[in-house]
Amino acid sequence: MMKNFGYTINTKRAIDLDKNDLSIAEEVMREVPSWSLCIGCGSCTATCTAGAFTDYNFRKTHLLARRGDIATLRKELDKCMLCGKCVLQCPRGVNTRGVIAALCRLLPQ
Amino acid sequence: MAAKRVIVIGGGVSGMQAAITLKKQGMTPLLIEKDINLGGKLCRWDRLFPSQTPAKEVVESLVGQISELGIRTLLCCEVSEIARNEGKIEVSTTDGNSYEAEAVIIASGFDLFNATRKEEYGYKIYPNVITSVDLEEMFKEGRVVCADGKAPRSVAFLHCVGSRDRQVGNCHCSRVCCITGVKQAMEIKELYPDCNVYNFYMDMRMFGSGYEELYTKAQEKYRINFIRGRISECSGTIDSGVRIKAEDTLAGRPLKLTVDMLVLLVGKQAPALNAKFASELGITVSPDGFLKGMDCFENATRTSVEGVFVAGTATGPKNVGESMSEAVKAAMDVSEYINTLS
Repeated sequence: MMKNFGYTINTKRAIDLDKNDLSIAEEVMREVPSWSLCIGCGSCTATCTAGAFTDYNFRKTHLLARRGDIATLRKELDKCMLCGKCVLQCPRGVNTRGVIAALCRLLPQ
Repeated sequence: MAAKRVIVIGGGVSGMQAAITLKKQGMTPLLIEKDINLGGKLCRWDRLFPSQTPAKEVVESLVGQISELGIRTLLCCEVSEIARNEGKIEVSTTDGNSYEAEAVIIASGFDLFNATRKEEYGYKIYPNVITSVDLEEMFKEGRVVCADGKAPRSVAFLHCVGSRDRQVGNCHCSRVCCITGVKQAMEIKELYPDCNVYNFYMDMRMFGSGYEELYTKAQEKYRINFIRGRISECSGTIDSGVRIKAEDTLAGRPLKLTVDMLVLLVGKQAPALNAKFASELGITVSPDGFLKGMDCFENATRTSVEGVFVAGTATGPKNVGESMSEAVKAAMDVSEYINTLS
């Protein structure tokens, strides 16, 4: 066993817009243009069926997708049951379910 | 020499202020109001932000000037038809009369959003879900209580009800609800210092002079809990409370809260009458249904049709001061227009 010298490796916390790959976000935006209208009010997450039982937070998940921070998203989106309640809530008319469907298809497995 | 007759449609603050200014400019205004009183929506209001001036003071001052100046006023009188013929404006009213003038100022105001359309908030379903207008009437009566007559121990306000909401077809911001929410939250705390007060918002738009200061005071002095998240739905509890679901977006977690009273800050929307004015006179309306001035700047109170002017909330949500200033501008524009006719 390796001796613990007290060093740890911290992953970077910053959203690195210089390096993040936005190609998936751009494709989703082309397919679901209403995605651009989000103002982050959280109505989708407040009403979310999955969010009541898990730590799924669609507002944060789709925001990370827009920023190209996609490493953890597949695992997050698996929690969504695609019930579509969020679509009924959105005051900006974002096709939230459409965004999820597109991300599920386009994100790497 | 033109006769200098001007019809003012709407006896709210804008209409009254416009008629007063017209009269002082030597015009002959005729003020048409559909209600039994002058004052419009302000008649139902208790105190005005940000100075806490009683709305009654403003209305009484304007009504006083109207009567002192001997301005002809028609009450309980609705416009049924409006047309422009050979350079004259013709207005017919529902009582069968018609009136002719050189110009008209449309100051017909706004409609309040009907909160029952947002069924998920339970207005008229749960007894302790009320609107900001209902609450203002309670302030006016000096008795703010829950449906069972008891003092509320907790009150939540929800901003943007019927504003900035595509689900109900109102994309515009009603502007004054944010500061109304702050004002009413503070007034609740003044009445009931031990009451817990929460404001759920998407954005706080403190655009007016003194508004930001009021917001700060609400936080600092009154300890109002401002939570950034829009309520998605409510349900009634067995003891007539209101259970709220929202996301606390800044914490990034779903939030539940049960309160004794939920106040929906209802927005302003364009009245159906605007479409009638637009089709009969040929003036344009904005996509949000409000009437459109010629531009947003020096010709904001003129329209694309000669002799037709607009003032106040007929062209979009405004506060009382803005409405009155705009009414003065409209009246000055009318005066200038009529003087070019002679």
